[in-house]
Amino acid sequence: MSFTIKVGLASCGLAAGAGEVYEATLKHIKSKKIDADVKKTACIGMCFVEPLVEIIQDGKKSITYGNVTPENIGTVIDSYMKGKPVLENIIISNIEKGSENDTMKKQERIVLRNCGNINPTSINDYLENKGYQALEKSVIKMKRIDIINEIKKSGLRGRGGAGFSTGLKWQFAYDAKSIKKYIVCNADEGDPGAFMDRSVLEGDPHSVIEGMIIGAYAIGADEGYIYCRAEYPLAIKHLNIAIEQAKEKGFLGNNILDSGFNFELHIKEGAGAFVCGEETALMASIEGKRGMPTIRPPFPAQSGLWEKPTNINNVETFANVAWIILNGGGKYAKHGTEKSPGTKVFALAGKIKNSGLIEVPMGMPLKEVIYDVGGGMKTGKPFKGVQLGGPSGGCLPAELLDTVVDYDSINKTGAIMGSGGMVVMDTSSCMVDIAKFFLNFTQNESCGKCTFCRIGTKRMLEILTRISEGKGNLEDLDTLENLSKNIIAGSLCGLGQTAPNPVLTTLKYFRDEYIAHITDKKCSAGVCSALLKYEINKEKCIGCTLCAVKCPVKCISGERKKAHEIDQEACIKCGACYDACKFDAIDKR
Amino acid sequence: MNNKAEIDNAINKFVGKKGILIPLLQTIQNIESYLSLEVMRYVAEKTGTKLAHIYGVATFYTMFRLKPQGKHIIRVCQGTACHVSGAKTIMSEIMDQLKLSADQDTTNDGLFTVMPVACLGCCSLAPVIMVDDQTHGKLTPDSIKNILKKYK
Repeated sequence: MSFTIKVGLASCGLAAGAGEVYEATLKHIKSKKIDADVKKTACIGMCFVEPLVEIIQDGKKSITYGNVTPENIGTVIDSYMKGKPVLENIIISNIEKGSENDTMKKQERIVLRNCGNINPTSINDYLENKGYQALEKSVIKMKRIDIINEIKKSGLRGRGGAGFSTGLKWQFAYDAKSIKKYIVCNADEGDPGAFMDRSVLEGDPHSVIEGMIIGAYAIGADEGYIYCRAEYPLAIKHLNIAIEQAKEKGFLGNNILDSGFNFELHIKEGAGAFVCGEETALMASIEGKRGMPTIRPPFPAQSGLWEKPTNINNVETFANVAWIILNGGGKYAKHGTEKSPGTKVFALAGKIKNSGLIEVPMGMPLKEVIYDVGGGMKTGKPFKGVQLGGPSGGCLPAELLDTVVDYDSINKTGAIMGSGGMVVMDTSSCMVDIAKFFLNFTQNESCGKCTFCRIGTKRMLEILTRISEGKGNLEDLDTLENLSKNIIAGSLCGLGQTAPNPVLTTLKYFRDEYIAHITDKKCSAGVCSALLKYEINKEKCIGCTLCAVKCPVKCISGERKKAHEIDQEACIKCGACYDACKFDAIDKR
Repeated sequence: MNNKAEIDNAINKFVGKKGILIPLLQTIQNIESYLSLEVMRYVAEKTGTKLAHIYGVATFYTMFRLKPQGKHIIRVCQGTACHVSGAKTIMSEIMDQLKLSADQDTTNDGLFTVMPVACLGCCSLAPVIMVDDQTHGKLTPDSIKNILKKYK
């Protein structure tokens, strides 16, 4: 019998203490003289039960354990060896009948095919899983135009959010006449609430690199850049390792696989600007300038990086390429829907039980994604809305949960598919506050080039702030809608054109909440602090004085062991007393 | 500018290559901990780039810091998932613990700098902060004290 123990060591795993679990595993194996191979892997997506450890017997039978700690890992391993696995930590198992959970069952994994399975820092692991076979097929057996046709046949659409046909984009770059062309991978995943690209880069960097090399060969580029956020240090580390390994094996560099094709790949670290996710701004940033978008046309396919034809795709798009080449575009198109073929990776976060990374076929209703794959609500409070597409997207209410996930269906609602962030909210989230949150974000990140985006978002934010403070009036809602229209029309790039979306969708689906803030001066979720009132419940208060101690403005008075009182005039509504009270004696209204 | 030799090395390493300004400034910031006007002037002179261009780039990207920083950097995630999971209270607890006023980001003893950041990408562990390179997740206001203690 042979045993393999895999420990998930992606950023989220590490934050949950997986590094310590890995050390404890090595120590335990050594001290008990257990003959097992301990391997590092990355994210299998179930971040809600990190740290995760998988034990595999004879390469077949496997159990994945969640919530593993350095303290219990010894017991987990020992009991597995004895054939009596610790049941409460089991997440997925093909030994214990019926314990495979819905989180995995309903997923179809193409992009995440290797994530959490292989060691991302080992090229041999990737090679054992059909790695670089698609590259070999491409450069040796296929003509450049055949590759582009295969991608067109697959119907793959850009996974960065806009959903433009990848095959067509490649065709444009292919058609451009130039001896120098570039290929760029957009890994500047700036949407708050999205971490798909990080997980793919950390967990399977070679799949992205292979996709890029194939793309470069197809369009005729000999140089490429991966533009990655500096906030993702582990992703950058794994990419650097992977590039070195690919060079050693002859997949990068001169005369790749004896085909005469040369390709050089660099990594550029982003320096923290959301607008650089826009392709023309991204290229300006690679050139070492301020990342400000420019007018298109000319499109990057004609004149991009250093004025040469350039093709830009996002991480997830490239990660699909090798699979398509190896299995055929027709087979890929069988996944998903007719107009949006394939799968989509989503980052589930917020008040959802199974938060983490999932990959589902396009066309799955949101309800199924949230309740079956995502396990439903975490807090016991009812579902209120789901935010799709980050600051460019929108919030959808419960009535729209039958909407299926594909580009066109989601666009119809006013939200966008975006890169795949899905933040689930319960009744403790205020929609005016959420709209304000996103506007604050886009307002900060606006590069300032277009007047409407620069000043319009600022005015919108001021109006939203006013409403959240109970100082709004009903006309403000019309002003918001008007401003939105003008910002969409008057902005050059996607940032400005989509910035009003969170406001427009919340106005459309949660208008009552805006009205309640304006006319009743009430925030039902209890978030907008200016509209709240804290009062001490005289019957519950035992006079422990804790609230008075915690109050930063000392506006709570009362004798010890007698009910206290809040001076409403002086109260700054910080909520410190509410959080501190152990007797539930402070009412927040 | 305290590390002239190292900065010269960095400039020599990059000079002559295309699109070098951002990585060069990143490298220099790693050496100096921030970009002073003096350093930017020096880079302008050495590389033949206009100072206005360098200053423009340095002020455009949030990563570049124009003021001296604390020994440890605390990045407080302001992403959507963290926002709905109480990032605001985490931020105010950190400010309280470090006795920072609203317009102050670095402690008087120079030990910590607090920085709000867009998203750290660990949304399933929200709310999240990152102290130097170490990420801490599933935070509550009570857990902040113990985390900060490790760095004091």
